[in-house]
Amino acid sequence: MLAFIVQRLFQAIVVMFVVALISFTMFQFVGDPVNNMVGQEATTEQRDALRERLGLNDTIPVQFAHYVMNAVQGEFGLSYRMGKPVQELIAERMPATMELVAVSALMALLIGVPMGVYTGLHRNSWLSRGFLTISLVGISLPTFVIGILMILAFGVWLGWLPTFGRGGVVDLGVWKTSLMTAQGWSHIIMPATTLALFQLTLIMRLVRAEMLEVLRTDYIKFARARGLRDRAINYGHALKNTLVPVITIMGLQIGSLLAFSIITETVFAWPGMGLLFLQGIQFVDIPVMSSYLVLMALFFVIINLTVDLLYYAVDPRLRSEHVGAGH
Amino acid sequence: MSARGTSIMAADIDHRALAPSLPRRAADSVHRFFDGDVFYSFRNSPVAMISFAVTMVLLILAVFAPWIAPHNTDDVSTLNLMNARFPPYGFTDDFGTEGVAQFLLGTDDQGRDILSAIIFGLKVSLEVGFASVILAAVTGTFLGLVSGYAGGKLDSFIMRIADVQLTFPSILIALLIDGIAGGLMPRALHDEMKIYVLIIAIAASQWVNFARTVRGSTLVEKNKEYVQAAKVIGVHPALIMFRHVLPNVTGPVLVIGTLSLAIAVLTEATLSFLGVGLPVTRPSLGTLIRIGQQYIFSGEWWMTIFPSLALVILVLAVNLLGDWLRDALNPKLR
Amino acid sequence: MAASTQPPLLEVKNLRIEFPTRRGTLVAVDDVSFDIAEGEVLGVVGESGAGKSLTGASIIGLLEPPGRIAGGEVYLAGRRIDNLPYEKMRQVRGREIGMVFQDPLTSLNPLYSVGSQLVETIRTHTDMSESAAQQRAIDLLGEVGIPSPKIRINQYPHQFSGGMRQRVVIALALCVNPKLIIADEPTTALDVSIQAQIIDLLKRLCRDHGAAVMLITHDMGVIAETANRVAVMYAGRLAEIGPVGQVIKNAKHPYTHGLMGSIPKLAHATERLVQIEGTMPRLTEIPNGCAFNPRCPKVFARCMVERPDLTPVDSSQISCWLYDKTMERTGSHG
Repeated sequence: MLAFIVQRLFQAIVVMFVVALISFTMFQFVGDPVNNMVGQEATTEQRDALRERLGLNDTIPVQFAHYVMNAVQGEFGLSYRMGKPVQELIAERMPATMELVAVSALMALLIGVPMGVYTGLHRNSWLSRGFLTISLVGISLPTFVIGILMILAFGVWLGWLPTFGRGGVVDLGVWKTSLMTAQGWSHIIMPATTLALFQLTLIMRLVRAEMLEVLRTDYIKFARARGLRDRAINYGHALKNTLVPVITIMGLQIGSLLAFSIITETVFAWPGMGLLFLQGIQFVDIPVMSSYLVLMALFFVIINLTVDLLYYAVDPRLRSEHVGAGH
Repeated sequence: MSARGTSIMAADIDHRALAPSLPRRAADSVHRFFDGDVFYSFRNSPVAMISFAVTMVLLILAVFAPWIAPHNTDDVSTLNLMNARFPPYGFTDDFGTEGVAQFLLGTDDQGRDILSAIIFGLKVSLEVGFASVILAAVTGTFLGLVSGYAGGKLDSFIMRIADVQLTFPSILIALLIDGIAGGLMPRALHDEMKIYVLIIAIAASQWVNFARTVRGSTLVEKNKEYVQAAKVIGVHPALIMFRHVLPNVTGPVLVIGTLSLAIAVLTEATLSFLGVGLPVTRPSLGTLIRIGQQYIFSGEWWMTIFPSLALVILVLAVNLLGDWLRDALNPKLR
Repeated sequence: MAASTQPPLLEVKNLRIEFPTRRGTLVAVDDVSFDIAEGEVLGVVGESGAGKSLTGASIIGLLEPPGRIAGGEVYLAGRRIDNLPYEKMRQVRGREIGMVFQDPLTSLNPLYSVGSQLVETIRTHTDMSESAAQQRAIDLLGEVGIPSPKIRINQYPHQFSGGMRQRVVIALALCVNPKLIIADEPTTALDVSIQAQIIDLLKRLCRDHGAAVMLITHDMGVIAETANRVAVMYAGRLAEIGPVGQVIKNAKHPYTHGLMGSIPKLAHATERLVQIEGTMPRLTEIPNGCAFNPRCPKVFARCMVERPDLTPVDSSQISCWLYDKTMERTGSHG
């Protein structure tokens, strides 16, 4: 158990180190940060002063050490474009993205899993076929097209829902939430649905495929041969085994939700981190890009660790002291 | 590029013409795939036939775009602002302007015919899609073969990269590569090189699927006796093996390739929609949707709806085809 | 053998199993009739694909679609069970007919402890309390020879070896004292050294619990040691059925004869093994007349056109024209 966690932690640290190296390299080779920050008419002295202040005159290993030290403390430097510390910009934007992702993830899970189980168990019913057809359309509909269609339908034509921004946010000190007012919910519903739809269909199809796979196994046949009730077989034996691989994918999907929130935030002008990152790319704002990258990597690493631990909780094969022992 | 794509699709039909040029094993497996169950299932699946037909029509439109499209939207000199913002034929916009038959699907703010823009956009989208899938398939297959055959450190190195990359969503990787390229090149050069950057970025986010599948098949073949036998008689086992592995992975690679094409087209559209894809001078479907999106609030929905529809139809048809192909090649799922 | 006035425990009459395919309907089991008396062990032998397992699966009502019972009847203690509604048949499974599968490694659900799988089965079919069922589970584990059952009951399948798992599977099949056990190749997946132990265990337990056994296997050695009677299947049909001594020492059907000739005998170590020429026909290519006619050393004209029925010869029943004294077809099954 301990060895397993240590091993995973070590892997996570390696991944983070590599990501830090990549984003540091971006600083080194992509553009000249000084040119990016000062105007054409800046004097050589001004440039040198800035260069010194940014620590660009140190040797590369020293700069990397600085970079890592700063990053660990949550400092990623100044945004070239906005001249503000990146961590402040991100802290401002993070709650919006997190709430969007959390609401979408819940929607995708709470609707996707039951739909997947249903279509797996009743694979030939007309409702299953309907779900599957819709899911194919859902997978083929790009996130931004869904967003645009929703804006057109519910925003422009019907005028029911607001089409951009977060609406009324409640300041909880460190966290500004839009989930505490009806107006906030009216703002989040369309972006969250847009973001969730793709994941929902994916989860549904995955759960279905996994369910069909499990229902073909010998232990399900043996359970039937023992005369167990269908309910016990489907929801006890089959579902539990289905969830083991599904947990991994769901972990990945949360990462994917974070990434796709970039698109949703663009469509709905949602003031989150994704929008910040996208503007960073367009203006080659390296500090913003690299800190977003590091932050995403950190999220993914944490998600993967959580998934591993969940695995551990569900699957006794990993839990036992002597795996594969005989008598 | 599109022509190359057509020949992949054509393998569905014209395998007999293709077969003699392939090694015997490959020919056999091609026969196995397309002679029996797969072909039968194709003839009995209206979904497969329709999606195949739709894909073919869209491919033909894309390949012959300059001859088919009513207006050459690449030529800016033919644009006339007098023609701007016409609604589709048969519709009237909020200001009372009626659509004309000359512009079946209406025009954009520059007076560009939407139908023609879509046909040219389709061409761009498919070019990027096919190019990146082929690049990803070749790279992924090669790395998968090497990884599976070499084993040891090289294998775990390649697969570790694949693992890490799999945890990062493809769109993020593509965005990042694009962003870095943008930083490395001057603006003008970047616009010119954009399409190649985009192809590489999308391919980089897709090679993993190919590599993993091919590696799996390679590992299976590697332990078979004929590989050992080849060693004994002095033939380089790698050569013999690849000759046997490649035919075995034709099916899976074809399935992944088809599904990847859908994803590649979507990724390109998404990047272009986000404004980091192709420049407006060569609009793909995603660019068209982005431009049109600004006009939905003023009621000019056709500028974004029709390109969206074209994109969805293309992706849906390719997805359905890939989905059917996967089921057809994997009988236990039926 | 089963000539008492009481109905036999299991009676299979003219069972026919079909698989509809796109090339027409395949008949996998054709006109198979036999019965099993209470406490009796019936061995069912034949090559793979002869229809042994399908026959077993159809008795317990677990024939997998698209396979279906197209004709015939199955009676359990005089009650017809092949047409029972699903819920009624579920109550028969486990309660009246137990089943042991081939591979103990995959027969148990990896995510549940063996105890919870036993308790679940016991409580599905009886009114026993949780603790009583728990106690019964411990007793059963002890009975099938698992050391320190009180500790082992809380362990998961992966913590048991293959042989131990098959013991658990047998405990599960017997846990509510069914009258009949269908054992489908129960030792094929096990180590040779363990096979004899498992067969002994199965034999002893079924005797103790008064359960009859339908033992499906292709291992004549197992049959010789365990069974009271043997049914020999070939290409979905019964070739011969009779007391084990008679079938083994004095096989009448040319196929059974060949089958016996292929078993090495220690006493005659110098004797060459006899091999039956050819292979069993595929279900699509079963010839007219007797299914064995292409391989039969004693084939004659009638075998090519007319299909032989089971005919009593001594205490066995044989379906072979060699033993037909009349020249007409006799419809009797004895």
